[in-house]
Amino acid sequence: MSKKTYATAIRDTIAEEMRRDDRVFIMGEDVETLGGVFGCTRDLYKEFGVERVRNTPISEAGIVGAGVGAACAGMRPIVELMYMDFTLVSADQILNQAAKTRYVFGGKARIPLVIRGQQGIGRGNAATHSQSLETLFMHVPGLKVACPSTAADAAGLLRTAIRDDNPVMFFEHKALYSVSFDVPDDTEYMIPFGKAHVKRAGKDVTIVASLLYVSRALEAAEDLAKQGIEAEVIDPRTLIPLDMDTIVESVKKTGRLVIAHEAHRMAGWGAEVAAQATESAFRYLDAAPIRLGAKACPIPFNLELESAVVPSIKDIIDAAKAVCYHQEG
Amino acid sequence: MIPKERKRWIYKTMNQIRCFELKIQNLFEQNLLRGSVHLYVGEEAVAAAVCSLLRDEDYITSTHRGHGHCIAKGARLDRAMAELMGKSAGYCKGRSGSMHIADFEKGNLGANAIVGGGIPIATGAALAVKLRRSDQVAVSFFGDGAANEGTFHESLNLAGVWKLPVVFVCENNGYGISVPTWQSTAVKDIGVRGASYDIPGITVDGNDVYAIYEATKTAVKRAKAGEGPSLIECKTYRYLGHWTGDPQTYRTKEEVEEWKSQRDPITLFREKLLKEKAFTAEELDAIEQAALKEAEEAAEFAINSPEPDPADVLEDVFYEKQGASL
Repeated sequence: MSKKTYATAIRDTIAEEMRRDDRVFIMGEDVETLGGVFGCTRDLYKEFGVERVRNTPISEAGIVGAGVGAACAGMRPIVELMYMDFTLVSADQILNQAAKTRYVFGGKARIPLVIRGQQGIGRGNAATHSQSLETLFMHVPGLKVACPSTAADAAGLLRTAIRDDNPVMFFEHKALYSVSFDVPDDTEYMIPFGKAHVKRAGKDVTIVASLLYVSRALEAAEDLAKQGIEAEVIDPRTLIPLDMDTIVESVKKTGRLVIAHEAHRMAGWGAEVAAQATESAFRYLDAAPIRLGAKACPIPFNLELESAVVPSIKDIIDAAKAVCYHQEG
Repeated sequence: MIPKERKRWIYKTMNQIRCFELKIQNLFEQNLLRGSVHLYVGEEAVAAAVCSLLRDEDYITSTHRGHGHCIAKGARLDRAMAELMGKSAGYCKGRSGSMHIADFEKGNLGANAIVGGGIPIATGAALAVKLRRSDQVAVSFFGDGAANEGTFHESLNLAGVWKLPVVFVCENNGYGISVPTWQSTAVKDIGVRGASYDIPGITVDGNDVYAIYEATKTAVKRAKAGEGPSLIECKTYRYLGHWTGDPQTYRTKEEVEEWKSQRDPITLFREKLLKEKAFTAEELDAIEQAALKEAEEAAEFAINSPEPDPADVLEDVFYEKQGASL
């Protein structure tokens, strides 16, 4: 184990995979000498050269499409989008091309493409640079969706993503980049997709959270424990494929479910988790599941306003208490 | 100079495409074929002349009007026809139909039903070629409408900056559905846009096999020499509506007739071949008859092919099998 920041874990994993496999390369805006705006490709050009660590023009549709084409032609591209908000600029290439190519071509194509970048609140980047868009990419079949909440998960999931023969949307969180975690030194460390991580065991309520909300849910769980409620915190780690088995098992045990994410609550992925859990474990539920997500407005610039839009730790605590019918005092 | 055997191949391919397309129209009118079908009749010279210079390992991306490219890149008529009828023997197991047909084994990375959608994909295939230092080339076919999409600009710029081995072939058939090119496009010749990316841009008669051939030959040579991309605009014309059933209120019958009678690419090529004494009339007649027969047999094959099994509808979304929670 080494102590590494989330950004360094991503950088090191890309480097290890580029050493291992000539077909892996990375392209994106400012990835060369600058090392990416968030440092996830720092100095990689020095080892691998500018052919494999390619600065691109600001042409998101063009570079994502070039990633699809290079993948179809046998390479294993990683496309870095500076902000995952820019997926919307390249939406056709992701949702109509990368996602559908294998299927519409009758299973002939393989698209080993990773589209990665960061999203979310925390740096005052305002409406078009602070969204959480992972749900959008769950809705259209053909993409895998990974959301690492720690540096170790970032390393293990990214390695799996790079070695996967399908397009993977890899959502990092900007507020996690500078946080340090223990990361396995193993250059073969891989986390299988579709396997949730039970971050904390508990018998009273299941809290499902991802990205920044995993640490927030764990903090909420500590507080809840002091009030006599033992929360089980589950990080799905990948949303496609989604490990409902682990979540449903937990719900059968606790009978109560809260989902907390930064993505908008309206039609957010928490709704999918709640619906599937209800379908699978209705008889076990003692309360209707509660979904927590960003309010139905764009992410505002002002720090207090930004904080007001997304769920707080207190919101998670209150939701857990509500599904447990916990009385104050 | 086009070598004699290549001329034969081009003439054969143009006839295969025409017979295939007319058969499709016929099947559509009989309700044996459904969906969006965009026919390539009148534009055959472009696909045939360009693809005559490509090998199986070279890549193409195609368009919603993609049957011609698919055939010229080496697809069998029967399996292509089966795909258009949605049959399991089709190239894509009946999943793609007309607008997404692909044949990876022949380097066809697919028709693309999003206008301009294939241009970055061909560019990416060319990037793969450059990274692994092979001597392949990628060709992106697209229409005049696509030349006004952002992906056109982004891809030509990217390929220009990176000197990628890709040839951008714009088939300007004069209309984006009903909108004439002059109404949608600020320049008279799309070929001039090459200047924006510091790459050669040329406009040729898209019904003249020889002109397309020479332009493509130069562009492919340049690509393989590592000198970068080229843009070739081929001015051509579609005889039929944008889709089967298009009322064609936007153009006159006289205009269509003039192209058909004066500038038909197959007739022009035939006349030239006879004038050159490359082939006898009987030899060319035999090629035409064979194409007609092949199209009929393809239809027969497609009609008699089994439908795909709905039980397999979830296959191939991902490369590996996934759990039920997907």
